[in-house]
Amino acid sequence: MSESVAQIFINALLANNFVLAMFLGLCPFLGVSGKLDTAFPMGVATTFVMLVASLCAYGLNLLLTAFQLEFLRLISYIVIIASAVQLVEMVLKKYSPGLFRALGIYLPLITTNCAVLGVALFQTAREYDFIQSLTFSFGGGAGFTLALVLMASVRERLQLSDVPSVAQGTALSLMLAGILSLAFMGFAGLGS
Amino acid sequence: MSQARNWDEFMEGIWRQNPVFVMVLGMCPTLAVTVSGINALSMGVATTFVLICSCGLVSLLRKLIPKEVRIATYIVIIATFVTVVDYVIQAVSLALYDALGAFIQLIVVNCIILGRAEAHASKTPPAPAMVNALGMGIGFTIGLLALGCVREILGAGTLFGISLFGAGFQPWVVMVLPPGGFFVLGAWLLLFAALERRKQRKLAEVRHV
Repeated sequence: MSESVAQIFINALLANNFVLAMFLGLCPFLGVSGKLDTAFPMGVATTFVMLVASLCAYGLNLLLTAFQLEFLRLISYIVIIASAVQLVEMVLKKYSPGLFRALGIYLPLITTNCAVLGVALFQTAREYDFIQSLTFSFGGGAGFTLALVLMASVRERLQLSDVPSVAQGTALSLMLAGILSLAFMGFAGLGS
Repeated sequence: MSQARNWDEFMEGIWRQNPVFVMVLGMCPTLAVTVSGINALSMGVATTFVLICSCGLVSLLRKLIPKEVRIATYIVIIATFVTVVDYVIQAVSLALYDALGAFIQLIVVNCIILGRAEAHASKTPPAPAMVNALGMGIGFTIGLLALGCVREILGAGTLFGISLFGAGFQPWVVMVLPPGGFFVLGAWLLLFAALERRKQRKLAEVRHV
């Protein structure tokens, strides 16, 4: 792999944005993007889980390759992510109970956020080294937060405007995501 | 278990609780792999297989799994079957494996499967649980096909690789790119919302008379 660290970061953040270009982590993207106050913390929590998961996955992959147990990769990654989410949940519950309640069901659901597992799987598939993996997961997390915050800002504004009642709800969110995604395509080729 | 009850379990996933159009679950694979009809079909079949196997096993073990660790257990069961599917696809068709990429392994985090295991299979005997899973899987596949076919026809002018419009057709490239996925699914949801609205208005009129 000859990609520089900066290239990986820009790629994960903008050109190959996890949500808008690679369709990873759409459930929380559509579910928690209603309000800016919850969207940003959710993004930060997910980024943190991604970093922890990426770190552990890197170490674990070395171990699995050494023992030639690659077929256990998927199962062990998922277990690691579940534990990382549990950790974040406990920390949040202790230090910020209000936020903990606001995120509600979506917090444990970070476990089944494909963006987190996606980071672990992609860094393995692309054979990133330690620094590259960390950059990749941080860029991906930042990109996820960016997409979430953009979407939440647009949806907060939309509440004030007059939308035909048939189009309200998920259909509208998807159309919005399509337009955002169209805008992000302008970044294509930026990191190469 | 009567015939009618089984039929009801089966149809729930296909129409009333369609995972793609009604529950809006499993969005990531839905949007990412549906650039063509054939990709959509294979993804649907792979997911259906995992869904049936894991629901069956979860249902068999439902009295043995302690309540506190049930989610973790379900995930390990699902991950096992996904690993099987991953290796099978790799062995059968390398081209398909490359086209679907990491999304085969990402079946693990498809909310439909975990949702079915938690909400249905953990409370029902194996036979109806598997029938319900089959219905859900077929419903999911139909949803994927609805997206994949539209995107392939508009974006490439073909259906399952067969050219439809001849050489003069100018493809809408945007449809096979990421924004197209959002637009097509949005349009389908809009259509279903409009149909639902019309049905309710008709019902209201009938009641009024």
